[in-house]
Amino acid sequence: MAEITEVPSPFCGIGTDDLTIQVDGVSLKVVENGCAVNSPAFEQAITDTCPRVDGKDVSLDVAVAKAAALLKNTNQPVIGGCATDVNGMRALLALADRSGAVVDNMNFTGARNNFLALQDSGWMNTTLAEVKNRCDLLLVVGIDLEGFSPRFFERYLWNEESMFLDDTGKREVIYLGKAPSGNASTSPDGQTALVFECVNEDLPDVVAVLRALVKGNPIRVDSVGGIAVGRTGSVPVATLLTSRDGGNAEDCREQSRPPSMAVADLQCIADKLKAASYSVVTWAAGALAYSQAELTVQTISEMVKDINDQNTRSSGLPLGGKEGDQTANQVCGWTTGYPARTRFSSGYPEYDPYLNDTNFLLGNGEADALVWVQAFNVNAVPPVTGLPTIVVGRSGMMFAKEPDVFIPVGTPGIDHAGHAYRMDNVVAIRLKKLRESGLPSTSDVLNAIEQAL
Amino acid sequence: MLIKLTGGAVYDPASGIDGAKQDIYIQDGRIVNKPADDVQVDKEYNLKGKVVMSGAIDMHTHIGGGKGNIARTLLPEDHRADPVARTDITRSGCGHAMPSTFVTGYRYAEMGYTAGFEPAVLPVNARQAHMEMADIPILDKGGYVMLGSDDYLLRMLTAKKDQKAINDYVAWTMQAAKAIGVKVVNPGGISAFKFNQRKLDLDEQNSHYGVTPREILRVLATAVKELGVTHPLHVHGCNLGVPGNMNTTLDTIQGIGGLPMHLTHIQFHSYGTEGDFKFSSGAAQIAEAVNKNKNITIDVGQILFGQTVTASGDNMRQHANHKHASPNKWVTMDIECDAGCGVVPFKYKDKNFVNALQWAIGLETFLLVDDPWRIFLTTDHPNGAPFTSYPHLIRLLMDRSFRNDMLATIHPEAQKMTTLASITREYSLQEIAIMTRAGAAKLIGLQDRGGLSAGNWADITVYTDNADRQLMFEKPDYVFKDGELVVVDGKVIHTKWGTTHVVKPDFDSSVEKDLQKYFDRFLTMKLGNFKISDDEMTEDGRGSLTVHPLKGDVT
Repeated sequence: MAEITEVPSPFCGIGTDDLTIQVDGVSLKVVENGCAVNSPAFEQAITDTCPRVDGKDVSLDVAVAKAAALLKNTNQPVIGGCATDVNGMRALLALADRSGAVVDNMNFTGARNNFLALQDSGWMNTTLAEVKNRCDLLLVVGIDLEGFSPRFFERYLWNEESMFLDDTGKREVIYLGKAPSGNASTSPDGQTALVFECVNEDLPDVVAVLRALVKGNPIRVDSVGGIAVGRTGSVPVATLLTSRDGGNAEDCREQSRPPSMAVADLQCIADKLKAASYSVVTWAAGALAYSQAELTVQTISEMVKDINDQNTRSSGLPLGGKEGDQTANQVCGWTTGYPARTRFSSGYPEYDPYLNDTNFLLGNGEADALVWVQAFNVNAVPPVTGLPTIVVGRSGMMFAKEPDVFIPVGTPGIDHAGHAYRMDNVVAIRLKKLRESGLPSTSDVLNAIEQAL
Repeated sequence: MLIKLTGGAVYDPASGIDGAKQDIYIQDGRIVNKPADDVQVDKEYNLKGKVVMSGAIDMHTHIGGGKGNIARTLLPEDHRADPVARTDITRSGCGHAMPSTFVTGYRYAEMGYTAGFEPAVLPVNARQAHMEMADIPILDKGGYVMLGSDDYLLRMLTAKKDQKAINDYVAWTMQAAKAIGVKVVNPGGISAFKFNQRKLDLDEQNSHYGVTPREILRVLATAVKELGVTHPLHVHGCNLGVPGNMNTTLDTIQGIGGLPMHLTHIQFHSYGTEGDFKFSSGAAQIAEAVNKNKNITIDVGQILFGQTVTASGDNMRQHANHKHASPNKWVTMDIECDAGCGVVPFKYKDKNFVNALQWAIGLETFLLVDDPWRIFLTTDHPNGAPFTSYPHLIRLLMDRSFRNDMLATIHPEAQKMTTLASITREYSLQEIAIMTRAGAAKLIGLQDRGGLSAGNWADITVYTDNADRQLMFEKPDYVFKDGELVVVDGKVIHTKWGTTHVVKPDFDSSVEKDLQKYFDRFLTMKLGNFKISDDEMTEDGRGSLTVHPLKGDVT
């Protein structure tokens, strides 16, 4: 039995690297700094060690040869999942290039909300160490942050000391949209977060009004999505301006509300954002699960830019980074120029954030084979399809329909070393090998299939 | 295998050979002396009428790291206009402003380049820089690690730590990030932007730390020198792009007090405020200062007209410049108490007065600096233009009538504001070879690269002499990398993997005691997980590390 310290996690997205893990043969136990996301992910037992073809145990060579045979005469294979480490993605992209496949990360439909906003207007973002040391106001939009990332607050907000804040406990937290599921956002001395709840579908309106208030644009409704706007009607007219609909309306830019006034309305959030030295606005693209949510991301990002034009600093912080989604987009980005929803069927990469969706391609009969790559999560199984299916998956995966080929692989950061990107996209964490399981890596398997083609 | 390159005109400034007809022999990847007469040559290339140089080295090109990948992600429309299909021996990808990694390697090699150096490796993003560069085929690569706005250094300066302590930290960071040089970008300014400062002059204090850019430049330039790192401190100065910044640049040269210093993309730092548009060329004054101060080297950062994307660590200046974004989308990031970045697409237009004069300022700089060993040919890829425009730039430098034809097409007011038409200088082939080969290898401290004498690695480019220098440099007849033929007639015919060049300056291991505490208190990863191991660079079976000597080392 051995104990390994300072273990980095590829599962939680926030780059925790202080786990202590007990290794007993091939079984792992997180004994320090575990959480509801990381502990089960590390402790998942190995079940399969042997590849299968048509449900029968075979050698790795036989499974690889069968996978290559299935791919050989396809017109439009799809490689879905794309949940692995950097080397796994390198091999995956080489295989896709060789076989003319579509590459599609399983979290892309959510991440698309960010990519469309980024590719249309851009953003001003920050990373976790800046949050830890500078953030004096955290605005959480549309996500239960501690459900997403149980240790976010402990590691990055309620840290004992920071370089630029006298008292980290004095940071303010505001939730807009979803309410927190627990008390992680409550400061160590008991200050609870301000919470403004609304349903998901109202977030576009709510965020649009908040941005307008930040810019000092007039708002003529009293509430939006059930949240009070504030200041409307009760304040004197300062100047007359042409509003968006061409009419005349109040311009409240000249007025200031006393900062101590704790009013539970959107104007109060706008005032706090403008008064903060370094506010951070965070969201999870995948949690904005409604049509055209990219416009919400864009409004948030443009609002952050607006705050930076008002003589203070503010930054966005998109959440993500779980199970290799940032890794897939980063490696696909440098290899092709595009994020990980890209096809190679023309001989060169073509990006389409809608048409290259695995489910879309399976649903309308464009695909003729499915390769599913998922080295992190046994529960993330491939969509059920009648097409030839090859699964390169984490040991322990259970299938409703046995795939033609199943090759159990090791998990990056457990069975082999590797690299994974955390949510803020700048930091690639160095994953450690914790045990000797004998399972091949994703890149071993995909390279072998490519060679056999 | 013994290869003989017969009868080419050799331009090898490292050996003082200027166009003499010479044979070159290659064995086991290196250039060797003429073997005994009875030794059989396995493969001979008849190079009569050809020009032979060593492989070109780009000493400042953004080819690896997060901001480049943001630039890629930001511009799908740019990639769509330049798709690159796979072949039996090459991978697919995309080209133009910020090419994919594989295409970067192919296109550099197809122009006769065999090495490129990423100048802005953030310590915390160094893994990404090296992983991207590991996917660039054929080329050798390396990086300059960025310091100067990292909170650890600024805290040391505020705490008045001595130079020895700074040196230890710089050396430790170079080793942790696997670097061959040290760069500073808008010294202290990236940090100042996080405190809401929007400009920072050479003697202006960072509002939190009370430290000035001048102080940061001095301690870092001293550290680099005292550690024996060959490449001088690589400086992207204050006030990039600001009219009048030539005075900042002149002050920066004076203020460094004779220490070795490399001023990068100096074109962007050579602006005056004269004329109707309050924007003028400072190239003559800058060139005069460079000519006079032998401790200074520069690269130009030439702009060329067309669409590109600017990607810089200087988030302060990139934020200020975002109003020029074309198309109108841009990204800035504050990064990990370490640095920052800003990505702003630009379309330089010959009919825009400022862009036209920027073009002229770059060319004036090239032509007014006397010593080709102290000036380097760059566009600051992709910031001034994509690297694929180098052959065009070489023609502008070598062909005065072509240059003047181009000059006649730019914004008329810009034509009036430049002395370019009166400058008669034309670069020679030997001077081009100095700037892009021997000088670059010497500046970076590359042992056994950049020359054609026996003992050098056989990185060799063969061109057909052509009065149209753009055509000549666009399409080499042959390119050899480590003795392997990789390009024929401007097309990749074989690929291999280059090495990563680093230095490993010594430090007192006790430096980690304070660093460990700092990482645990303020950063988001453990010190042990931060440092890049040698294994990480080589475990994929393709990468390798080449450690170069420090000054004073016995080799």
